[in-house]
Amino acid sequence: MLGSLLRIVALTRKELLAVLKDRRARMSLLLPPMIQTLIFGYAATYDLNHVPYAVLDQDDSGASRALIARFDGTGIFDRVADLHREADIGAFIDARRAILVLQVERNFERQLDYGAAANVQLIADGRNSNTAGTAMGYANAVIEAFNADWRATHDLPNPPVSIDERAWYNPNLETRWDMIPGMIGTLTLIQTLLLTAMSVAREREQGTFDQLLVTPFRPAEIMAGKALPAMLIGLTQATGVLLVAQLWFHIPFAGSFVTLYAGMTCFVLASVGIGLMVSAVSYTMQQAMLFSFLMIMPFAMLSGLTTPLRNMPLALQYFTLVNPLRYAVDIAQRVYLEGTSFAQLFPDIWPLALIAGVTLSGAAWMFRNRLQ
Amino acid sequence: MVRDPSSIAMGVVLPVILILLFGFGLSLDVKHVPVALDLEETSADALDIAAGFQLSPYFEPTIVHSMAAAERLLVTRTVDGIVRIPSDFTRRVSAGDATIEVIVHGSDANRARIIEAYVEGAIGAWTSRQAAEGRAVIAGPVVVQSRLWFNSANDSHYFLVPGLIVLVMTLTGAFLTAMVVAREWERGTFEALFVTPVRSEEILLGKTIPYFGLGMVGLTLCVLAAQFLFDVPLLGSLWVLLGASMLYLLVGLGIGLLISSAVKNQLVASQLTMLATFMPAFMLSGFLFDLRSMPAAIRLITYLLPARYYVAMLQTIFLAGNLWGVLVPNAAVLLAMLAILGLWGRSITHKRLA
Amino acid sequence: MSAPPTAKVLGRGIEKTFRLGKEEKDAVHALAGVSIEVRAGELTALVGPDGAGKTTLMRLIAGLLRADAGSLRVLSFDPAVDSQAVQERISYMPQKFGLYEDLSVQENLDLYADLHGVSAEERRVRYPELMQMTDLGAFRGRLAGKLSGGMKQKLGLACTLVRSPELLLLDEPTVGVDPLSRRELWQIVLHLVEQQGLTVLVSTSYLDEAERSSRTIVLHRGRVLLQATPAQVIERAAGRTFVLDPPTGQSARSLQARLIEDPGVIDAVPDGGRVRVVTDSTAQPPPEAAAVAPRYEDGFMVLLRQSVERETAAAIRLERPLAAQAHGAAVEVEDLVRRFGAFTAVDRVRFEVRRGEIFGLLGPNGAGKTTTFRMLCGLLAPTSGVLRIAGVDVREAGAAARQHLGYVAQKFSLYGPLTVTENLEFFASAYGLKGRRRRARIEWAMAQFGLTDHAHLDANELAGGFKQRLAMSAALLHEPEILFLDEPTSGADPLARRAFWARITTLSEQGVTVIVTTHFMPEAEYCDHVAIMDAGRILARGTPGEIRALARVAAGAVPTMEDAFITVVEDARAREPARASAA
Repeated sequence: MLGSLLRIVALTRKELLAVLKDRRARMSLLLPPMIQTLIFGYAATYDLNHVPYAVLDQDDSGASRALIARFDGTGIFDRVADLHREADIGAFIDARRAILVLQVERNFERQLDYGAAANVQLIADGRNSNTAGTAMGYANAVIEAFNADWRATHDLPNPPVSIDERAWYNPNLETRWDMIPGMIGTLTLIQTLLLTAMSVAREREQGTFDQLLVTPFRPAEIMAGKALPAMLIGLTQATGVLLVAQLWFHIPFAGSFVTLYAGMTCFVLASVGIGLMVSAVSYTMQQAMLFSFLMIMPFAMLSGLTTPLRNMPLALQYFTLVNPLRYAVDIAQRVYLEGTSFAQLFPDIWPLALIAGVTLSGAAWMFRNRLQ
Repeated sequence: MVRDPSSIAMGVVLPVILILLFGFGLSLDVKHVPVALDLEETSADALDIAAGFQLSPYFEPTIVHSMAAAERLLVTRTVDGIVRIPSDFTRRVSAGDATIEVIVHGSDANRARIIEAYVEGAIGAWTSRQAAEGRAVIAGPVVVQSRLWFNSANDSHYFLVPGLIVLVMTLTGAFLTAMVVAREWERGTFEALFVTPVRSEEILLGKTIPYFGLGMVGLTLCVLAAQFLFDVPLLGSLWVLLGASMLYLLVGLGIGLLISSAVKNQLVASQLTMLATFMPAFMLSGFLFDLRSMPAAIRLITYLLPARYYVAMLQTIFLAGNLWGVLVPNAAVLLAMLAILGLWGRSITHKRLA
Repeated sequence: MSAPPTAKVLGRGIEKTFRLGKEEKDAVHALAGVSIEVRAGELTALVGPDGAGKTTLMRLIAGLLRADAGSLRVLSFDPAVDSQAVQERISYMPQKFGLYEDLSVQENLDLYADLHGVSAEERRVRYPELMQMTDLGAFRGRLAGKLSGGMKQKLGLACTLVRSPELLLLDEPTVGVDPLSRRELWQIVLHLVEQQGLTVLVSTSYLDEAERSSRTIVLHRGRVLLQATPAQVIERAAGRTFVLDPPTGQSARSLQARLIEDPGVIDAVPDGGRVRVVTDSTAQPPPEAAAVAPRYEDGFMVLLRQSVERETAAAIRLERPLAAQAHGAAVEVEDLVRRFGAFTAVDRVRFEVRRGEIFGLLGPNGAGKTTTFRMLCGLLAPTSGVLRIAGVDVREAGAAARQHLGYVAQKFSLYGPLTVTENLEFFASAYGLKGRRRRARIEWAMAQFGLTDHAHLDANELAGGFKQRLAMSAALLHEPEILFLDEPTSGADPLARRAFWARITTLSEQGVTVIVTTHFMPEAEYCDHVAIMDAGRILARGTPGEIRALARVAAGAVPTMEDAFITVVEDARAREPARASAA
């Protein structure tokens, strides 16, 4: 037993030395996740903070101008043009110069003065239905505010039903807040999987793998000796992303770091397991790269980070059950934003443990039958 | 050279699989949202509202009668939101100051906001119905009519699928070439080729053309899938689509060749290609995340990405038609990129080994 | 050859340095101050070990690389400037020739003919010539990937010659190829030179091939030691070559090991059961030595010794002598078979290695030596057969069997980014050595193999010879009884080879069993027993003397191991022609 442990330690030490000795290698392991977090953290947002819009004001009255001024005053809506004919609306949107066009009808002020319904039209560019929906939501909010003010200043009764809205965990509903914790898992997965998958292929190509097999190392020990360093590096990368999230983006951390790391450890273990299975079947580094890449893509895109899992057809949702990233994204978001406890995370932890168990033993079995 | 079955697999089979996988898997539609309806009074009004939710295709309500029960459902993410109708609702409606509480789960902020909007819409519709039935309730005064230009079905596939085609083309173009060329370097066949009268441009072309062909086949399959499987309309003309795609594919191939000429190590070539083409195409091309909302520094980076221009073109061709005002400028940029890549590639792929 | 020879290639003061990194230590000075001349209508040989700069020089001539300094003119063009012009007129066969394995022989030929712009008419004339020359006519439809090593090289040569160039460059065309094919390839090349007046520049590390050229250029570590005819090289050793018989009871090998330590001896090599010696110009010949005509190799060694310093004593002393074992077999192999699908790589191989002896497994690339080796080391499971190491059945108790053996792979399998010390520490831990014992063994390894000064260097930075020392020392850390060495001298220069064998000899004298594979026939002379392998089968077994006796040579000629190999293989192939041409 002790002998086994000592051998694993020797392997781990060797692997860490081989991987981290080169300064460039160190940089390429630690920097990209952090840089990617920075760039994608800023890019990955469904929030709109700049909505170019155009106005077709057919009334040109004090009321209509007041409404438009509200839009301009939000700082989000950016009026790029004042249109003069209805026919222009189509062309304007076609040319992608505005996401939204606000059309105020001719009798806007008169209707308001009579206390009747005054109509405006919002026409949005549906090419991106998500952006359109969000922009319209914002526009509706502006109009509601206008309504409330008008009712107050003109002594009109409020609609009987008002809605009191609150959001749990992410009070300002900033999408960045759920993207970035999710990236802890995604970026870590990419690097860890690649690293582990290529580690054996690299030794095979260099010829040192044969040497390992000739020595008293048992296949399970060789695997552990590859898994441990990869896990350490993976967790370090996760920490890097976490630091960017906290120190740069200032996203408040609601849970316990211990829980987060415990969850991440399970995730990294599962990633490493998958990486080792890939490396067991790859004979060249090129193959290892290819297989890893082929796995990373569906894992990353179907993890629930960018698009919700609920929207997927049932068959694909079953597929995501074996996607460790799905659980990692969930764990990261819940611990980070909601402060979930480890016990509550159990439904995410046990599948990860299962994946880790299956892949690690599968890889061990394949290593043992190292021929072909 | 195209006898290599793995290239064909990568060039043709893979795009199809990807498009199927992601086409079905990715969707930003917010429909059938599970919500907890906390009805603390079972009056006619409350039940009326509940019926409205149940009939709406946007919601799948679960009826509970206490806030505690609703919160439990929200914590476990069984529901994505809570709509609470308090116990004195009907009385307060008559008094004119009723309030409905809506709580959404902030983990998916995008979805949450849309859920809020839907709830407002549902309540608004109920209010209007009350007004129509004669109850003294007023809506407005400003009433909004919304219209969606181009995608009245509000189906997120409409913009996701063209974007997926971009991803798939990126893959085929850059990755495949980079792999193949780098592999040839390592296999040493280049060395023998060089010492022949063949010129370096001819070598480049000879390597490029088979993969180009594969890319076009992959593209055609994707377009077919888009039309028939995902019902994405193709309002523009097929020729324009093919032309734009050819342009993008050439740029992608150019990048791949460049990377592998410069970096003769397969491992690094593949890594670089993935980093430089796929992730940016995914995150920074505008297909998923709106470019206008990114900070200026990031937006500058996106101007360098060919994927950005291709996405703009594809979304227009599919959903809007042949709008030359949009297509021509984007195509021009891609052409310019192609020219630059071509010149650069030529100058470093002279027949030298070091 | 009536016209006076003109130079097709003329180079003066060529320098080429490869910068692998920014630091000075990362710069590889491939060529320094090289001047060469290749005359028209002649076969010029570029001789030197791996790393001498042969390939770099060839690539410079072919216009694939640009020199850092010096002048070079190829067919009156400057390849750095007019590479296209040069490439249109020459043919170049690189070491790793790019045959398209998925295409047939004919398709490969057509492909290269297309690339060289050979017209259909020219092809009609050329193809039959090529087919006759290479004897590949019957295999035109076969996939290139399915040809044997020798046939692949011949096909490569044919593809290179689809048109007759003004200059032919061949970079190590015969390395690792079986002796029969090697002989055939050279016949083809010589024929081309004699009949068609082709100018050929060949690089090789086989000294017997150099002997057959018109001029040789000896390269060592990027410098030209000599440019002369073979006769002039041989001249260097005139009057200094002798042959000795070992006294009864002593093997030629141990005598050779003793003699080579003698400062007055430039070179000593076991040869046909006797020892061949080249003495220093000032030294007296050893007593009882008979004078003998010098060979190219002798002159070569004289040259080398003049330019390169002597390596320090290479004897390895074991810390603890191996327990005197009963005379049992160290390795027993019975009916060993290994199949990969339909292809039989190892076909009912049988041999035995006694304790304390040096055993050689000889054969060309692709013969099945490495596969057999891997099965012996437990890296590959046999399809069937019995394998025993030190009496332990490898298939049943693999881990126990592996404790008895040490393995050095052809590529040395060292961890490049790790230092010498770190490599040794790792392998020590791998074998379960710890504490004081571990430190002691590592110190022993570094002292015995002269690595102490290099302890802090990365394994990547070591010169080839030192890499081999490190690899061997790592294999001996756990004091194994049996040492497996896979092609240990491939590509090494003769001096390094001598040093290596000296080490092995001292190990063997202390009871270590050594098993070696090689494609370099003359090295069989160092072994106690030898087995010749070709196409998966053992064709002959015995002492070097017994094997040599099998050779069929012209009357009066002294048979060499190569001759023996060729005879044995030719006989085997005559018996089963269908098998012989399979990959």
